[in-house]
Amino acid sequence: MPVYSIKVNGKLQQADVAADTPLLWVLRDHLRLTGTKYGCGIGQCGACTVHLDGNAVRSCLLPISAVGKGLVTTIEGLSEKGDHPVQLAWEEVDVPQCGYCQAGQIMTAAAFLKRTPNPSQQQVMDAMQGNLCRCGAYHRIREGVMAAAKKVAAKKA
Amino acid sequence: MGTPTNDSRREFLKNLSWAGGGLLLGFQWDSVEASMPSLLNVRQATAPAFNSYLAIAANGQVTIFSPNPELGQNIMTSFAQIVAEELDADWKQVRVEQAPLDAKRFDRQLTGGSGAIPHSWTRLRKAGASARYLLVGAAAGRWGVPAQECTTEAGFVHHKPSKRKAGYGELAEAAAALSLPADIPLKDRKDFKIIGKPVKNVAGRDIVTGKGIFGLDVYREGMVHAVVQHPPAFGTKLKSFDASAAKAMPGVINVVSFKNNVAVVARSTWEALQARKAIHIEYEKEAAIEHSTDHDRWMQEMLDSDKATVRRRNGDVTAAFQSAAKVVQAEYQSPFLAHNPMEPMNFFADVRSNGVELIGPTQTPANARAQVSKLVGMPEDKITLQLTRLGGGFGRRLRNDYVLDAAELSMILQKPVKVVWTREDDMTGGVYRPAVRYRFRAALDKDGNLIGYHLRGAGINADNSTREDNFPSGAVEHLLIESIDHKSPITTGAWRAPTTNFLAYAEQSFLDEVAAAAGKDPVQFRLDLLAKARQQPVGAVKYNIERMEAVIRKAAEVSGWGKKKGVAQGFSVYFSHASYVAQVAEVTMRGGKPSLSRVYAAADCGQVVNLSGSRQQVMGAIVDGLGHAMYGRISFKEGKAQQANFHQYRLIRMKEIPEVEVVFVENDFDPTGLGEPALPPTGGAVANAIFGATGIRLYQQPFADHSLFKG
Ligand code: FES
Ligand code: FES
Repeated sequence: MPVYSIKVNGKLQQADVAADTPLLWVLRDHLRLTGTKYGCGIGQCGACTVHLDGNAVRSCLLPISAVGKGLVTTIEGLSEKGDHPVQLAWEEVDVPQCGYCQAGQIMTAAAFLKRTPNPSQQQVMDAMQGNLCRCGAYHRIREGVMAAAKKVAAKKA
Repeated sequence: MGTPTNDSRREFLKNLSWAGGGLLLGFQWDSVEASMPSLLNVRQATAPAFNSYLAIAANGQVTIFSPNPELGQNIMTSFAQIVAEELDADWKQVRVEQAPLDAKRFDRQLTGGSGAIPHSWTRLRKAGASARYLLVGAAAGRWGVPAQECTTEAGFVHHKPSKRKAGYGELAEAAAALSLPADIPLKDRKDFKIIGKPVKNVAGRDIVTGKGIFGLDVYREGMVHAVVQHPPAFGTKLKSFDASAAKAMPGVINVVSFKNNVAVVARSTWEALQARKAIHIEYEKEAAIEHSTDHDRWMQEMLDSDKATVRRRNGDVTAAFQSAAKVVQAEYQSPFLAHNPMEPMNFFADVRSNGVELIGPTQTPANARAQVSKLVGMPEDKITLQLTRLGGGFGRRLRNDYVLDAAELSMILQKPVKVVWTREDDMTGGVYRPAVRYRFRAALDKDGNLIGYHLRGAGINADNSTREDNFPSGAVEHLLIESIDHKSPITTGAWRAPTTNFLAYAEQSFLDEVAAAAGKDPVQFRLDLLAKARQQPVGAVKYNIERMEAVIRKAAEVSGWGKKKGVAQGFSVYFSHASYVAQVAEVTMRGGKPSLSRVYAAADCGQVVNLSGSRQQVMGAIVDGLGHAMYGRISFKEGKAQQANFHQYRLIRMKEIPEVEVVFVENDFDPTGLGEPALPPTGGAVANAIFGATGIRLYQQPFADHSLFKG
C-alpha cells in the first residue's frame, strides 16, 4: 500500500493506507485525531468537517489520495489554546448538548466567518444548513456564529 | 477530561492521598439508612459499600463524580450544581468526572424517562450539605469557636467575629476525621446561588476543542476494529456466507460469524467496511416478512375489531354516544422512527480469561454488564464498565445489542475489539419508535360539553399505545380507553418521550377538533375540562390540575393567545415524565404554504436547576418534535427498512427551525426531568396552527407528505 504524507495541523504525517481511504478514517484510526467525527459517511451531516486549505470540506468524502499538498486543519488544530473566536463563542453561548456534532459545526462556522466576517443571520443559516444537529441545538449554534462574528470584528477594530 | 478510564479514576484517588489527604464522602443510598451519608477516608474510598463520591483535594479542588450516563441532557452539570450549592463550593473549583458503573455505590445508574433529577435531588443536596457540615466542624475545631458562628461561601469557611477564614482544601483532611449527625439541614431555596442559574456545560471546553470523550474515540493498544453485518431484513436469518474474497483484502484480520451475524475484523474501520462489502451472504426466512402496506391494513383491522384491551373505563360510553347531540370522530397515524443519535452505535470490549473490560456509550450500563456477564459466563464482579459521553441517545442506547456484538467478538477473537455500526447499520438495524394509529370519538351534549370520550389505539409492537390516565381522563363522565397491538419481528423500543411522543400529537389535535365542534376556544375548552376534573373528578385524576392550568395560562399569556392578527395560533398542553408543558405554535401563509414562524413554550419542571441547560432542553425538544413530526419516517418493504441514511431519512436543519420562546413557571415543587416533556406537545401545537391557517387537519405524520407542503 502506498504511504501518504499529508500536512495536518501544521505537522507532516504519514499513513500507510489504500488510496480511497477517506481522510476522516485516516485522521481517526491512523493519526488518532478523534475530534473529527463520523456521522453518516455520505456527506449529509457535516460531523466530519475539516479545513483543506482553509475551506470546509467533508472528510468522509475526501480520499487521502486527493489531499496532496493541501493543508488539513482539524478541530484539534483550529487554535493553539482552544481560543478561536468560534470556540470561545461556543462556550459563552453554551451551545453544545451531546456535543457530538459540534466539532463539525465549529469547523464549518470558522471557515464561513473567514470568508464572510460580517454575516447576516440569513447568511449564517445558509452556511450552517449542511450540518445536522440531532439534539436540535440550532438556535444556539446560530447565536454562536453571530457572537463569534462580533469577536472577529472586535479583534480587527 | 480525556477519555475516562478506570485507571484515571484510580490515579485520581491515589493523587488525593499523596497530596496529603482530602475529603471523600460516600453515600449509602440503597441501604436502610438511605438518606444518611457516611464518611470515609480516601483510602477506604474504593470500599464497595458506598456509592457516590464527592472529593475535596488539599488544593481546594472539588471533584463530583457523576454516575448517570450523559447524552446531552446535561446531567453532569446539573448534578454537580446541586451538590456544589449545598456545599457552598466555588463553582470555578468544581470539576465533574463521569463515574464508572458501580452498582454497589450508585443506584439508578441509567438515563431514561427523565428520571435522574427527581430521583437524586435530595440525595445530592444531602451530599453537599454533609460535606459542608464537616468542613465547618473542622474549622470551628481549629479556631476553637462554636460551629454556629461559622459561615461558608464559595469554598471557604469564615468566622466573621474573629475575621478568620480557611479554604475547604486545607480543612478537608481534618473534616474527614469528624462524624456526622443524622440530620443535616438543607438550604432554604431562597438562598440558592448556583441552582436555578444559567450554568455552562461542564464538558463545554472538551467539546469545543475536540477532546476524545465519546465512545467512538476509544482507542487501545492492540485493539482491532470490527463491523458487523446483521440480517438486513426483519424476519430473516443467516443461511450461509462466503468470505474468501473479503479475507484477502488489505488490513483484514479475520471474518467470523456469530448468531445471525457476519463480522469483519480489521486493522482499521475503513478496511473493515470495505471488506464487508466483499462478503457474499445469503439469508433465509425465519419469521413473518412485513411491509408497511401490511402494517397500515393491520392497524385499520385492529381498530375495527372488538378485541382491544380496556385500559380505563368510566361511566357508560355507549349510552353517552347514543344521547350525544354531536359526535366527532377522527383517526391519527404516526410511522416508525429511527432514533439516529449523532454518534453511531459503538463499544469497546476486552474479554480476557480473568475478566472483562467494557468502555463506551450506553444509557443502561447495569443492563449491559448483566447481559455481557451471561454471554461470556463470567460473574458481574469480573466485569468493569466505563461510561464515555454519549453522542445522543433518544432511547436507542437503552438497548445494548451493540455492546453484546463487541463482547462476543472479543471473546471469539481473544483480542480487545471496538465495534462500530455505520449509520446504515443503525438506521436499518432496528429499535424503532413503534408505528401507531388512533381512533378517537367524542360525544358532545347540546351545550357543547364533552360527555363521552373513546380512544382506541392500534400499534405495531407498541404494547399499550395509550396513556389511559392522561388528560382528559378524569374530566369526562363517560370514557373508554383501549389499545390493541400487533406483534412484529421488527424491533421497537422507547424513543424520546415514549408513547407520548406520538400520542400527544394525536390527542391534542383531536381535542382541538372537539373544541371547534363545540364552538369553544381551544384554551378555554381545556381550562373548562380541568375545572370539571377539579369539581367533579371522574375516577382517578393522575395529573396535577393546578400545574396544568398554570402552564396553559402562562403559554396563553406569553403568546398573546387569540389577540394576534395575520397569524394562526395552535395550542397544545401535555403532562409527561412528571413535568407540564404547554405550547403555542404560530403559522403564517407564505406563497400559499403554511410556514411555522414561532413556538412559545411554558414549562413547569418544578425548581429549575440549570437555567441554561433547561432552556436548551426545551428548545431542543421542540426542534426534535417538530422535525420528526414534519419529516421522520421509516417504512418497510419485505422486512427491510427503506431508509438507510440521512439522504433518505430527513432530519430537521437550521433553516427549518422556528423562533422559540421558553418560559418556566415558578413554584416550590422539587425538580422534575426535562429531557423529554417538552417534545410531546409540539406536533399537536403545530398541526393545530396549520389548521388555523389553512383549515386542513393533518391526520398523518410525517406532515411533509401532505399536499400542503408539496409543489
Ligand atoms: S460523516 Fe461526513 S458528512 Fe456525515
Ligand atoms: S449537540 Fe448533539 S448532535 Fe449536536
